[in-house]
Amino acid sequence: MNFHAFDFCGIGLRAYGAGALFWPHEETLVVSDLHLGKSERIARRSGQLLPPYETRETLSQLEHLITHLAPSRVICLGDNFDDLQAEKELPEQDRQTLNGLVAQRDWVWIEGNHDPGPMSLAGVHLAEFIQEPLTFRHIAEPEPHGEISGHYHPKTSLSLRGRHVSRPCFLVSQQRLIMPAFGTYTGALRCNDPAFAPLIDESTYAIVTGPTPCAVPVHGLRSSRESLGLR
Amino acid sequence: MTTLPRRINDWFDGKGWHIHPHQQAMLDAANHPATLLIAPTGGGKTMAGFLPTLSDLSQNPVPGLHTLYVSPLKALAADIKRNLRRPVDEIGLDIRIEDRTGDTTYTQKRRQRADPPHILLTTPESLALLLTYEDAPRMFAGVKRIVIDEIHALAESKRGDQLMLALSRLQSLAPDLCRVGLSATVEDPAAIAEFMACHPAKPKIIVADPGPDADIQMLRTEEPPPWSGGGGKYAIPAVLDQIRQHNTTLIFHNTRAQAELFFHHLWLANEDQLPIGIHHGALAKEQRLKVEQAMVDNSLKAIVCTSSLDLGIDWGDVDLVIQIGAPKNVKRLVQRIGRANHRYNAPSKALLVPANRFEIVECKAALDAVKAYDLDGEPKGPGPRDVLCQHILNTAAAGPFDAAQLYAEITTAGPYRALSPDAFEDCLAYCATGGYALRTYDRYQRLLEKNGKWQLRDPRATAQIRMNLGTIIDTETLKVRLKSKRGPGSGGAPLGEIEEGFAATLSQGDTFLIGGQIVRYEGLNEMTVQVTRSPSDKPRIATFMGTKFATSTQLSTRILQIFQQDSWPELPGHTAEWLLLQRERSRLPEPGRLLIESFPRDGRANTVIYGFAGRNAMQTLGLLLTQRMEEQGLAPLGFVATDYATLIWGLEPLTDPGPLFELDNLRQGLERWLAGNAVMKRTFRNSAIIGGLIDRMTRGARKSGRQATFSSDILYDTLRKYDPDHLLLAITREEAMKGLIDFGRVEEMITRTQGRIDLICLDGVTPLAAPLFLEAGRVPIKGLAEERLLAEEAERLFDDAALPETITKPRRWAVPF
Repeated sequence: MNFHAFDFCGIGLRAYGAGALFWPHEETLVVSDLHLGKSERIARRSGQLLPPYETRETLSQLEHLITHLAPSRVICLGDNFDDLQAEKELPEQDRQTLNGLVAQRDWVWIEGNHDPGPMSLAGVHLAEFIQEPLTFRHIAEPEPHGEISGHYHPKTSLSLRGRHVSRPCFLVSQQRLIMPAFGTYTGALRCNDPAFAPLIDESTYAIVTGPTPCAVPVHGLRSSRESLGLR
Repeated sequence: MTTLPRRINDWFDGKGWHIHPHQQAMLDAANHPATLLIAPTGGGKTMAGFLPTLSDLSQNPVPGLHTLYVSPLKALAADIKRNLRRPVDEIGLDIRIEDRTGDTTYTQKRRQRADPPHILLTTPESLALLLTYEDAPRMFAGVKRIVIDEIHALAESKRGDQLMLALSRLQSLAPDLCRVGLSATVEDPAAIAEFMACHPAKPKIIVADPGPDADIQMLRTEEPPPWSGGGGKYAIPAVLDQIRQHNTTLIFHNTRAQAELFFHHLWLANEDQLPIGIHHGALAKEQRLKVEQAMVDNSLKAIVCTSSLDLGIDWGDVDLVIQIGAPKNVKRLVQRIGRANHRYNAPSKALLVPANRFEIVECKAALDAVKAYDLDGEPKGPGPRDVLCQHILNTAAAGPFDAAQLYAEITTAGPYRALSPDAFEDCLAYCATGGYALRTYDRYQRLLEKNGKWQLRDPRATAQIRMNLGTIIDTETLKVRLKSKRGPGSGGAPLGEIEEGFAATLSQGDTFLIGGQIVRYEGLNEMTVQVTRSPSDKPRIATFMGTKFATSTQLSTRILQIFQQDSWPELPGHTAEWLLLQRERSRLPEPGRLLIESFPRDGRANTVIYGFAGRNAMQTLGLLLTQRMEEQGLAPLGFVATDYATLIWGLEPLTDPGPLFELDNLRQGLERWLAGNAVMKRTFRNSAIIGGLIDRMTRGARKSGRQATFSSDILYDTLRKYDPDHLLLAITREEAMKGLIDFGRVEEMITRTQGRIDLICLDGVTPLAAPLFLEAGRVPIKGLAEERLLAEEAERLFDDAALPETITKPRRWAVPF
């Protein structure tokens, strides 16, 4: 399983191609924005009936990573469920898979904007989690210090010898790291979107997910910031 | 014989006109449930379609909707409105005529529903949309006639299938509705008639006098065409000559990119500054309207165009049609030729310009076919099921429906007359629950059965259904605008659209061609490509999605027949010599056999398969064969496909082709290859949008960059993994097979040759194979060969280190004669 090793706030971290972060020293695996139950929620709300297999697929990806990395702690960075009702209506088979994963290690559920409030699943439920020097929360805050967050689902586009490639990515700055979404049906936001403007600075680079994760400059960022009148 | 009411008759007399025989025949058939009129352009076809309506309305002027007119183009609806208004006013009839398209204002649309005009001119999509409203039964109850213009063009696409389903609904609302189809010349009128009829009622066909034969020839040029390529640049001086000698010339191209390039070169050579314009589907609407207006005003000498001008407004002054590149399809050629001289009983004049040496033979075959009235066309299969799913949802939007009744209604539509009850049930189940093996959505069904009728669980879903209506899927494109001096916010003149993928390859300073202008890429602003004019002389060509036509089966057969001649006195000397040389050195391909040549060149083993199955099928064949050759250890490196042959190059020669061409083996390969294929994913996306699984991406939604948009590729992968038998995957396979993969023609090739394979081993390139080496669009195969080459290269580097350096000249290849 390929990863990109990098340094963040003096800590050695690994970015995995599936969109997960691993902290080897603490044996901690971090994933963000699982959005479990998304297709169920969409059906409930809009009547659009997407293939109802994404929870199973997301959990099987997570299980695969856990088997491979054997972490002693897993942190889910919020928007773990697409809404609180989706948690209640989790199909029995998926609930068993998830319980099996949670039972064997420390499990931290950070709450997100989609799932604020109590959940019946085992594990610790927190608004944020601190393991010096890093802070784990769902949405990035203005003056970060070693902050790892999710919420924005960043993606970046690259032009490789005429081939257009667009993939979810990690956005890494000196004090801030924004995770890509791990859930199967989660869409993504281009990192030159205005929403990212306050969250990135000169130090920001992207780590592209996929079979061979690698670091790239944030494509087109400067010009888009200029066109928006930002410096 | 039905006579015209006096007023209308007087109007004809006043003009000094006589009613054409086919117009009279249409009048006589006024009450027939379905009538198809086949008539050449300029034959008073539209009048023939409307005469029964005018006749009826002049005698019984009751208010309410009387006649619907449906055309594939919005512009045509507006044009007909003008052309119909004049006679109606001159005759003095009190008839309201209005159009309704995507461009009609909201208030006008509302008013039309409350108080419809006598004659409503519209498009298939707008009609389908009208039928989703609850008040449709009231609005359409009294409709007597529907006139479908250019029905031959509609019948070729899913828009036609959707229209026929809409008609099945309409007929239930207005049981006495008479259908009229207006068509250009087609190969199989009976098939179109069956397509448009209300089954099981039998349709009637009226064929008008086709007029005199077209004057059609191949353009003779001093310079022979090049060995490969499709631009026709060599013919520019001769084309300019022709433009000078005629009033107005239409210059048709097969692709937008070729049209852009040709237009660019034409202007470079246009020393007399002749007024020449360009028209194609990717140009901004403003640009196109400007060119169309200039055409109407007669201020253009020529227009370089694509299929965007195949249909549409009649321009009387066009007296020459030039087709650049082989026409690929005889029927399209005949219809294009018909664009010249829209006067009845005047011969159309057309010139064919072969773009390369091989196309000379192809153009000859096309000329023969036109002279023999031998049109081509692949038989149309049953109506696609994604369109049917959409129709079920559209029906639900209008109100509760009875499943058995809907099924009965649908099977009156030509394309769905053979639909089985099971197939219908599958589609209904998909619309209701998603049709998944995992029954998750029983609680959130989209459609519910209540008191024996199906209805939307949530009535608010109607808005979504209406937004997603239609079968045209836009490719993801970005608008191109000239950068305004007043700053990025104020948007300069719009030029057109380019594909998002092409835009992504541009960086600041790159130049490309659009609308005949060379522009410089400046940047992207809010999903709009900003450009400035550039004096560069080496522009790239913007890529446009758009179909690359494959040579029809019928034309391919004719080419093979020409090859069987002893000599070719009717072909230019250079071409005849070329074919003769091929016969001496190797063989010419034959209709009932499959010729394969194998020869070394540049240290590679080359295999050429002369399959004559059309570009898409030859491409598929290349993918399947290289896959098998990789398994056999022949280490293929890549391939390239044209309409008539596939060239594969690799490290080892092919010695035993027999098993490769067994149909079962090819089919197996296809199943495996299809799995992760980009063609399949694109087809899936289209069917998922049409079938209502995912929402249409509107420009607004894309601009706002909503996070909620998920990639259809991921849905496809998930579905394949967890629910491989799902209806949408079956539909995707069906659609891909007849579309880009075109496996039907691979099968046809195998059946035609029946294992009669001639493998000819030679020591070098053959005349017929030579152009293939110049062909663009090579597909590399990444496999064994790459690793082997890498290992060899590593070994060579070590050897070189020990030995004195030798200077190797790069080997150059030239056409061997």
